[in-house]
Amino acid sequence: MIAMNRNNLLSLENLKVYFYTEEGVVKAVDGVNFIMDKGETVGLVGESGSGKTTLGLSILRLVPPPGRIVEGRVLFDGMDLTRLSENEMRKIRGRRISMIFQDPMTSLNPLMKVGDHIVETIMTHEKILREEAIERARLLLEDVGILPERFNDYPHQLSGGMRQRVMIALALALKPDLVIADEPTSALDVIVQYQILELMRKLKQTYNMGLILITHDVSVVAEVADRIAVMYAGQLVEYSDVNSFFNKPLHPYSEALLESIPNIQLSDKKLKYIAGAPPNLIDPPRGCRFHTRCPYAENRCSEVEPQTVEFERRRFVKCFKYLR
Amino acid sequence: MIQVKDLKKYFPVQRGLLERVLSRKVDYIKAVDGVSFEIKKKEIFSLVGESGCGKTTTGRLILRLIDPTSGTIIFKGRDITFLRGEELRRLRKTMQIIFQDPYASLNPRMRIGDAVGHPLEIHGIAEGQEKKRIVFETLKKVGLEPPEKFYNAYPHELSGGQRQRAAIARAIIVNPEFIVADEPISMIDVSLRSKLLELMKQLQEELELTYLFITHDLAVSKYISDKVAIMYLGGIVELGSKKEIFSNPSHPYTIALLSAVPVPDPSVKRKRIDLKGEVPSPINPPSGCRFHTRCPFKEKMCEIEKPYFIKISEDHFVACHKPFSLNINQHYI
Repeated sequence: MIAMNRNNLLSLENLKVYFYTEEGVVKAVDGVNFIMDKGETVGLVGESGSGKTTLGLSILRLVPPPGRIVEGRVLFDGMDLTRLSENEMRKIRGRRISMIFQDPMTSLNPLMKVGDHIVETIMTHEKILREEAIERARLLLEDVGILPERFNDYPHQLSGGMRQRVMIALALALKPDLVIADEPTSALDVIVQYQILELMRKLKQTYNMGLILITHDVSVVAEVADRIAVMYAGQLVEYSDVNSFFNKPLHPYSEALLESIPNIQLSDKKLKYIAGAPPNLIDPPRGCRFHTRCPYAENRCSEVEPQTVEFERRRFVKCFKYLR
Repeated sequence: MIQVKDLKKYFPVQRGLLERVLSRKVDYIKAVDGVSFEIKKKEIFSLVGESGCGKTTTGRLILRLIDPTSGTIIFKGRDITFLRGEELRRLRKTMQIIFQDPYASLNPRMRIGDAVGHPLEIHGIAEGQEKKRIVFETLKKVGLEPPEKFYNAYPHELSGGQRQRAAIARAIIVNPEFIVADEPISMIDVSLRSKLLELMKQLQEELELTYLFITHDLAVSKYISDKVAIMYLGGIVELGSKKEIFSNPSHPYTIALLSAVPVPDPSVKRKRIDLKGEVPSPINPPSGCRFHTRCPFKEKMCEIEKPYFIKISEDHFVACHKPFSLNINQHYI
């Protein structure tokens, strides 16, 4: 556990989020420790069942039942968000920490004009005149690349890419310190995805907010993020700066992941895949969760869970290979 | 094996009662607007494009799941464009489809064994014990072993990847010659995709299959295809061997697409083509070259005249008035 300093924006301490279902207790997030700095962009990467979305939701206390935070702390600006009342959380959501979801169509009100979404958000949280809010909304939409004449359009009149831009504008409307984006480009075509990532890069500079980008696409992280956090079976297995990571990933899962994705620039490398299947989160493997699929597994890997080690400065990995 | 000539599919736009009463004019969504290409036997031919480009509709037209508005489809030398009834049913034995969503393409109430064996019944190939034997064999072929276990399972008991294998089993059990795979791996976890791609390649060799592989994912298309066709707004803009398309892309749209694909390497800095605007409506596609409204290199002619295919090499065709030469486009890749 590392104590927070003035540069830190968010710290998760031993966070556990479990879902109490009929089939059993799903340990979706199972002891995550994580610190990010102000203005940093962290790519949170994992496949289905890794817990990445649940982690994102838990920061804002938006985990739906039957899930709940069972242990741990979410430290933000001197507060433990897990201890706040619902009223106090409402003041944080949208204002200090905001979220962008994957499917913009279900997040926007189909009966509300696009511009009004932003105006309402601003006016709910700040005491300003409507005219001022409208002006700010216009500028915001311009910032995200939406022409002023579309201010009065309804969501269904916009394309998927444009709706996502509106979501981004909404997320930035109150100038939050942290934005959590859950698969913001997965539903978009390649060219639109590229434009949205460009937009996010530009906005990072202007707004200097922290950004957690949740995605299954490691290439997207390479494009936009400063740091990468890899999740597997509810745990953080590697956390490092992107350059070191892509140069030489530490955790066997990270290594296998990178070897399984096609790189359009490289000619015909043989793609590998990870044998086996993602683990059952109700009854995860004993010891290291990845050991059943790990080419480097040793005896101790199936008996004891490895600790997280700081391999180099700010490079963390949870694997016995690195335990001296 | 397959020849498609000037294939078109226009869907009439749904109109409300009042509109229909007041006006005779019907608008059409020109989903596929004059598409021509050939697929050779045992080839893996990719149809690549963004959503709405018409690639899925093209796949369905070839399989005769829908009727074309005009054009010709030739399968093994035979014109199947307007085939119907019994003849069409018999044709289905030779052409099969694998869908994108392994959760939707299997009937949740049917055991895997029954679902996979169903085509054998429909085509009167086998029943009873013989059918079961063939199903077991096929389940083994796609790696669903032990077959007894999967034969009796329901779809919800299987993972996404396993379900997709079951869908593949169902497609190959009647010994087809041609398979349309519509985004078969896009809903599968990234680290498991290559396993399915390897299976598809392996089956291609074993069973001498020909594939039409429909995808929006250029990197996957580069990995698996022999030939690639890039589609935009209902038409093919570039067509060629995998090698040609990826090492010498010549259409501005192809180059823009390639340069937009994210790469798992943060140190790479590429010059990119930025496309302005959005894909126009297929109800009212632009005049002349359908891409001109977004093309950074457009000229007056592009607005007026529709480009026809220019032959760049034996294995490479571009529908563009001014396709790139080898020198210019090197920067962008």
